Amino acid sequence: MIKFLIEKEFKQIMRNSFLPRLIIGMPIMMMLIMPWAANQEIKNIKLSIVDNDHSTYSERLVRKATSSGYFHLTDVSLSGDKALHSIESGKADVILEIQTDFEKNLVKTGVANVMISANTVNGVKGSLSSSYMGAILSDFSSDIREEWSPKREGAALPLINVVPQYKFNPNLDYKVFMVPALMVILLTLLTGFLPALNIVSEKEMGTIEQMNVTPVNKFTFILAKLIPYWVIGFTVLTICFGFAAFVYNILPVGSLLTIYLFSGIYILVVSGFGLVISNYSNTMQQAMFVMFFFIMILILMSGLFTPISSMPEWAKIVTIFNPLKYFIQVMRMVYLKGSVFMDLTTQMFALLGFVVFFNTWAIISYKKTN
Amino acid sequence: MKFSNNWHEKQNALIIDIMKQFLSFVKKEFYHIFRDKRTMLILLGMPIVQIIIFGFAITTELKNTEIAVFDLSKDISTQRIIEQLEASEYFTVSQVLNSSDDIEQVFRQGKVNMVVAFGENFNNNLLHTGEASIQLIADATDPNQSLMQTGYATNIITSYQQELMREHNVPFRIVPEVKMLYNPQLKGAYNFVPGVMGLILMLICAMMTSIAIVREKEMGTMEVLLASPIKPIYIILAKAVPYFTLSVVNLTSILLLSYFVLKVPVAGSLFWLAAISFIFIAVALSLGLFVSTIANTQVTAMLISGMGFMMPVMLLSGMIYPIESMPEVLQWISNIIPAKWYIDAIKKLMIQGVGVEFILKDMAILLSMFILLITISLKKFKVRLV
Repeated sequence: MIKFLIEKEFKQIMRNSFLPRLIIGMPIMMMLIMPWAANQEIKNIKLSIVDNDHSTYSERLVRKATSSGYFHLTDVSLSGDKALHSIESGKADVILEIQTDFEKNLVKTGVANVMISANTVNGVKGSLSSSYMGAILSDFSSDIREEWSPKREGAALPLINVVPQYKFNPNLDYKVFMVPALMVILLTLLTGFLPALNIVSEKEMGTIEQMNVTPVNKFTFILAKLIPYWVIGFTVLTICFGFAAFVYNILPVGSLLTIYLFSGIYILVVSGFGLVISNYSNTMQQAMFVMFFFIMILILMSGLFTPISSMPEWAKIVTIFNPLKYFIQVMRMVYLKGSVFMDLTTQMFALLGFVVFFNTWAIISYKKTN
Repeated sequence: MKFSNNWHEKQNALIIDIMKQFLSFVKKEFYHIFRDKRTMLILLGMPIVQIIIFGFAITTELKNTEIAVFDLSKDISTQRIIEQLEASEYFTVSQVLNSSDDIEQVFRQGKVNMVVAFGENFNNNLLHTGEASIQLIADATDPNQSLMQTGYATNIITSYQQELMREHNVPFRIVPEVKMLYNPQLKGAYNFVPGVMGLILMLICAMMTSIAIVREKEMGTMEVLLASPIKPIYIILAKAVPYFTLSVVNLTSILLLSYFVLKVPVAGSLFWLAAISFIFIAVALSLGLFVSTIANTQVTAMLISGMGFMMPVMLLSGMIYPIESMPEVLQWISNIIPAKWYIDAIKKLMIQGVGVEFILKDMAILLSMFILLITISLKKFKVRLV
């Protein structure tokens, strides 16, 4: 019995002119483009300079700032107001304003002031650019100090040498971080949206009535709906592995088998969730909007783009009920840290819990009578 | 004279006729929407829930990142640095390690995100040889976060160093006065609210229109509409009016929420904010129209406008990741994403509070996108369906 049902599902998918193309095309497009976009590194900060001093030192400072690699000189203004104007128009992100008598003060009194004004609409970018500038200033002053009193006083200067070290991803390659998570997104979108539209489209077409008069029981019906998405999910995943390996040269440190195992469970979670929504919807439009609503929240609260640790307490509690979170953790841990199955038992139990919950719900909520 | 009067009357009557027909079409579309209570609830409720969740939860700010300390010196300087790290809102010292083997251990368990390691004789080295080292070992599985963690920690350490220099009265100090413009508390919501506005308006509008039109095609009712005496352009316009109205309601609720709940300022002119939003909504609606001319079934239309647009809008609009950090090709691609221009304009208008002259470019680009999309879709819109 189930064999024929599955055959029917596959035929329905393959007969649609768009779905097979989507299933193959979307992973390829996403894997080719998206890993490059997910880069939060603050580079090419646009710098505007106001040099009120025009001395040897102020010019040296400007040169030091522009050659640091962080900043990109886009504007030189005569006054602070004019420089502010260039921030307003988006021509600059940060202003370095050097006061008159900068050199004189530095040499005579030993202390000179400069002003850093940063556009902090994007708070992270604003604060990082001002701290880069701070580092350049302190570098500059120690250069000057060394010139004036080589060695002699040097010993008494409290200098701290900070050495950062980046574990698990020493080159800070963002693609390594994004690729495993992108696979999760692709799986979620494809094996989530398609089932959500599945049962409801049969309702709208009227073909569900034909199912309802057959002796097929609810369990078999739902199972036959789930299996094709399993196959689709594994196809998508395999395409992704191929791209990760051949285009980005990213191979999992851990075992592929672990990933396939977890994916198999995860696909059941999202497909089950999709079927539940499909059962409760009367039109495809409803199903789509409800699914869209949840998927967007699930994606943005999964730790994919923004870290869960930055979220407020209540949001952290919400993420406990987010299956995406667990699967993204699994993917990143296996791909990057080489975690083994034993490290991932929490995630395993959480995902299994979701499978049982959603699929039981899907079976119960499917009603053969109106 | 008589003739011309007559002609005018006829003309007027014709216009009134068309208006009447048009209005009855608009009415029909409103009925469609109002009848489906659940969809309407979702359409109006979704932006509210999302802006609240995202406004609070979507942030890249560092807050209470758990760090571990591995301190071989345990002297006054290391104590003070640890205190200052702990005192900042960025870090919480959750573990003190006793051997270097523990470092591996805590990372593998995923308990801390960064380990701060001090060498031996830290204070002594600092005061006498002037060469003391601190190692910041960060878990770089999330490169963005790890860079920020080491960046902020370095900042704290540098300010401690400057404190020392002041105490020792070291010459040639440059004291920067730092001014944080527009967002002095560095709130994440300031950055994300414009992004979420762009995302929600874009997707909802595109989905709604594309589905509404394709649905009539699939149901066969489009034939009926096309057979009516009204011109196809009015049919499409009639479909756009209710969705435009809905989007304006959504826009209003988003703005009210972000102002009163998220405390995001509306620093610029409300008039221009509304103006650019209307243009953006029009772009999104015409994009939906465009999708409906390509798609034959509701499933296709929904998958393209809901699923297909979601990721590009999220990733390439500058909503989460800064566009200037992307490779050249992607920066170029991002230009065709309407949400990019809208978000840019909203950030300038709403948060920076600049005048309209700074968003003219964004506005012009959105307008031309609208004209382009609507022309193509009207050309492709088939009066005969077969």
